[in-house]
This record gives sequence, C-alpha cells and structure tokens, in this order.
Amino acid sequence: MADGQEHAHPNYWGVWAGLAVLTAFELGVAFLPWSKQAIVLILIGLAVWKALLVALYFMHLRWEGNRMRIFAIAPLPLAVIIVIAVITEFRW
Amino acid sequence: MAHPVMMDPPRQREVGADVYNEKLGMWIFLGSEVMFFTALIGSYIILRVGYPQAFGEPGQILNVPVTASNTFLLICSSVTMVKAFAAIQDGDQRGLRLYLLATVVIGAAFVGVQAYEYTALIHEGFIPSGYIEGRHFAELAAQGELPANVGIYGSTFYTMTGFHGFHVSMGVICMIFVTWKAFKGKYTAADHRGVEVIGLYWHFVDLVWIILFTIVYLI
Repeated sequence: MADGQEHAHPNYWGVWAGLAVLTAFELGVAFLPWSKQAIVLILIGLAVWKALLVALYFMHLRWEGNRMRIFAIAPLPLAVIIVIAVITEFRW
Repeated sequence: MAHPVMMDPPRQREVGADVYNEKLGMWIFLGSEVMFFTALIGSYIILRVGYPQAFGEPGQILNVPVTASNTFLLICSSVTMVKAFAAIQDGDQRGLRLYLLATVVIGAAFVGVQAYEYTALIHEGFIPSGYIEGRHFAELAAQGELPANVGIYGSTFYTMTGFHGFHVSMGVICMIFVTWKAFKGKYTAADHRGVEVIGLYWHFVDLVWIILFTIVYLI
C-alpha cells in the first residue's frame, strides 16, 4: 500500500472463499462436454478473474497509488511482445 | 479495523516512488519474473497449438484431483500470508506468528504434494523426454490410448512446474527466516517491511500457479 494511506482490512476470508469457489467452478467446466473453444475461453476468463483477486486484494494493488500500479502492469505489454515475437519466429 | 500503514520508520525511500526501497525492489523483481514465466508459458502455448498431437488431454496423464487439491493449498497459504500482514499492521504479534507459521507449513505441504505428483508420474513412466519403455503410460500409448510421442509435453510440463516449485521452495525458505524474525519480535505495527515484501513474492507465486494450473492441467 502507498505509504501513509489508511483503509479497513478487506474481507480476506471472503476473497479466499471466492478463489476456492472459482477453482471448483474451473474443475467443473474443464470436463464438460462442450466445445473446446468455449471451455478454453471460460477457463481463461476464470483464471484472469482469480489472478485479479490475488493482485488487487492480497497484493493490495487496489489501494496502491497510480505509480505502483504502473510498475505492476508495466511488464504485461512486454510479455505480449515476447509471445508475439516467438509466434512470428515459429514455423508450423 | 482502520490501521496506519507503515507510519514512517527510518529508511531509504526512492524519490517520487511512493514506497520504500525494499518494496520497490520486490516489484521490479516481480516484473522480471513476469517476463521469465511468460517465456515459459508462451513457449508452451505455442508448442501446444503447433503440435496438439504431442500433448495429453486434461486428466489423461496428469493427476488433476491431486493438483486441484494442491491449488487449494496454495490459495490457503495466500490467505494466511495476508492475514499475517494484517495482524502485524494491527500490532498483533501472536497473530503474525501464527499465520506465518501456517503459511510455512502449507507452503511446504504444496512442495511435498508436488514431489508426490512427480514421483507418481515418473513411476507411471512420464518423464521430461517422454515415456519410459515398459511402464504403464508407454503401454497405453502403444495401444493408442495416449499420444505416441510426448517429449515436448514432458519437457515443457516439468520445466514450467519445476521452476514454479523451485520458486515456492525458495519462498518457504525465506518465509522461515521471516517467521524466525517474527518470533524474535523484530516486526512492529510501524515497521513490518519484511512481512510485506515476502508477502508480495508469495502472492505472486500463487498468481503464477493460478495461470499454470489452468493452462497446463485443465486446458
């Protein structure tokens, strides 16, 4: 958290319960007899949701200042670039 | 309960960065870790899309129930870690020690379950270079029930999960050090930098596992 800020403790057990429920949901979806594309899309959505819960509440990014948020998300565009770079090099 | 955050202990602070140096350093380190795991996960995705016949379907080779339980363990360790941080913010030394100890135990359990998973997979004949001749998985592959050649699958699976397991192991070792300091009463409501910094690392490792679990085990 940015120094000097104050806020009440979030409901950490609530976040934990959310993560557990989303994980159970993932397990249910992964083995449904649906199209692979639909399952992949849902699973990635659930994983991003869980990752955001961890980053925002457990890593406290929700209460950080804008500079720290920029620090946190700065590698993401670079991550996209590295994946695109590898794809363009790959020959199927 | 409202609490003051890191009041102003004597420490170095980057001008304009809003945070103390150790925390800034950890975030920069985590940025490099994002790139590291992106290289691994990105390569896996590209290889999987390029050679779908070389990868098993969910549950075919990997033990999803065991790993799902392990995922739940890591989620539990994340909440105990953040509760330790919340405890020391309120000056609760007992809560800090209790939750840190729980985090160490649950983190070590995660590594133990992963070791069990590896042992079982190797026993069944799934290794980084593919199948072991004569073992269960090799026989299933010969019968056409599993992909014939899983060298890419094995190498990417063990590389990604192995590096993650290594990160968790290092986290447990660092956490033991922080817990030892907590038992010596080194952290206070006004200065608990070590707890916050190790917490950031621990939650990041949890976050990476959330992505890995979905991509490697469920898709």
